[in-house]
Amino acid sequence: MTTNPAKALILPLSLLAAFEIWARATHLQSDSLASPSEIVMALAGAFADLSILAATRDTLFSAFAGLAIGTVIGLALGIAFGISTTLDRLMEVTVEAIRPIPSIALLPIALIALGFGYRMEIVIVAFACIWPVLILSRAAVRSIEPRLMEVARALRLPPAQRVWKIVIPAALPRIFVAFRLSAGIALIVAVTVEIAINPLGLGAGIMLAQQALRPDLMLAYLVWIGVIGYALNVLLIVAQNRLFGRAALSGDGQ
Amino acid sequence: MNRAVIIWRVASFLVAAGFIALWQLIANLKLVSPVFLPGPDRAWGALVRGFSSGDLWSKLAGTLEHMAYGWLAASIAGIAIGAIIGSSRTMRTYVAPSLEFLRPLPVSAIIPVAIAMLGLTQAMALFVIAFGAIWPIMLATIHGFAAVEPRLYEVARSLQMSRLAVIFKIALPSASPDILAGMRLSLTVALILSVVCEILAGLDGLGHWVLLSARAFRSADLFAGVILLGLTGYVTSVAMSLAEHRLLAWQAAQR
Repeated sequence: MTTNPAKALILPLSLLAAFEIWARATHLQSDSLASPSEIVMALAGAFADLSILAATRDTLFSAFAGLAIGTVIGLALGIAFGISTTLDRLMEVTVEAIRPIPSIALLPIALIALGFGYRMEIVIVAFACIWPVLILSRAAVRSIEPRLMEVARALRLPPAQRVWKIVIPAALPRIFVAFRLSAGIALIVAVTVEIAINPLGLGAGIMLAQQALRPDLMLAYLVWIGVIGYALNVLLIVAQNRLFGRAALSGDGQ
Repeated sequence: MNRAVIIWRVASFLVAAGFIALWQLIANLKLVSPVFLPGPDRAWGALVRGFSSGDLWSKLAGTLEHMAYGWLAASIAGIAIGAIIGSSRTMRTYVAPSLEFLRPLPVSAIIPVAIAMLGLTQAMALFVIAFGAIWPIMLATIHGFAAVEPRLYEVARSLQMSRLAVIFKIALPSASPDILAGMRLSLTVALILSVVCEILAGLDGLGHWVLLSARAFRSADLFAGVILLGLTGYVTSVAMSLAEHRLLAWQAAQR
């Protein structure tokens, strides 16, 4: 589907303009809404006193740390399960029993075990990131050209080298797709944990703005969270196209 | 073949049982403080106690209710809006890009806005769950409508079918695999958002239960709640698979 940027912008811009006019005409006084110009001012203010940048750093740090840990665990399990069908079949019930637990349900456990702060958030993000990486990398390893594995066997490569020299390079494009999906999940989970309970980062910032009855600041945070989510998504798609070109498309669900 | 499958299944269950035994062992040896990690025996005991006193039943019912209402509202609205946008080329050029822009937004960020508008109420939870769950369904519907075999639309035009007839007789059936996949994704979103809303707003449900148990350091009750949430996720996704299988049987037969 081709998109025409000019036409795509008409709807959001006219909505914003209509809202601005309405807010000014009615002299909007509300705990939950603010005019677009006020939101922009609040966002500029939050940038000026660096509060939103510090919050962004906290959120992204937790999200990426969790993403890194979850990816490593998911990848290790995914490759092991992909190479050894025996292991995969033996672990099936265990994996299927743990996987459906909603990541956010672990929040109270992490809370009493680790307290507030980065650590509990990172653990929850990591848990959420393991599963997509595990499932997609397992599928990626399974779909490696069998002749490559035969070559590895003929060369009598030890298992570690087989994984490092054959499996990972061959499955890398699809592993990156899994990583991209997980990165989106990591950001969502990090913000959700912060909104639910953790006094840290963007999620805590938006909750604080709501409790302080500052709708302009609250909506400014909302817009900024949206921008971060969008930017991360675009960045990873560009990286994927640059690094792997068409190779990644075969593994992409869309 | 069939026997091998059963043997693998049994072996796999034995491995899982081994992990539970290991968990029991760790708990018994107190390698991890029992405040954080109750043994499976205590978690099971808490489950049985919770169900026999009826506490857990009402919490489970609360969570399922939030989830179901939010998800159903999202499904109906998502398919309807998706159909309107997806069936018109103009709407697709003007509206769809804005929706794509909003897609990566972490939906939980809408919670504070919903709280500011609706307070810590049941309505807030339903709004948030429906808002979060609508995206996968709506985008899948738009995608499904856009991907309908163009010749089918040509047939519709030559039969001079009305737009409604085209939607119900051609577009919806052929987009149904996409729509059902979107609905399955939304089910997970709905469960997560239900838990978050219950935690934040103190609404009756498993989310509230696990939080209260954690605050009181009743780790057995906490684990019982988490196990139930896992079961809820599992059962709903299995039910969705069965429904998908049933509803799409005609397509499988066609191919």
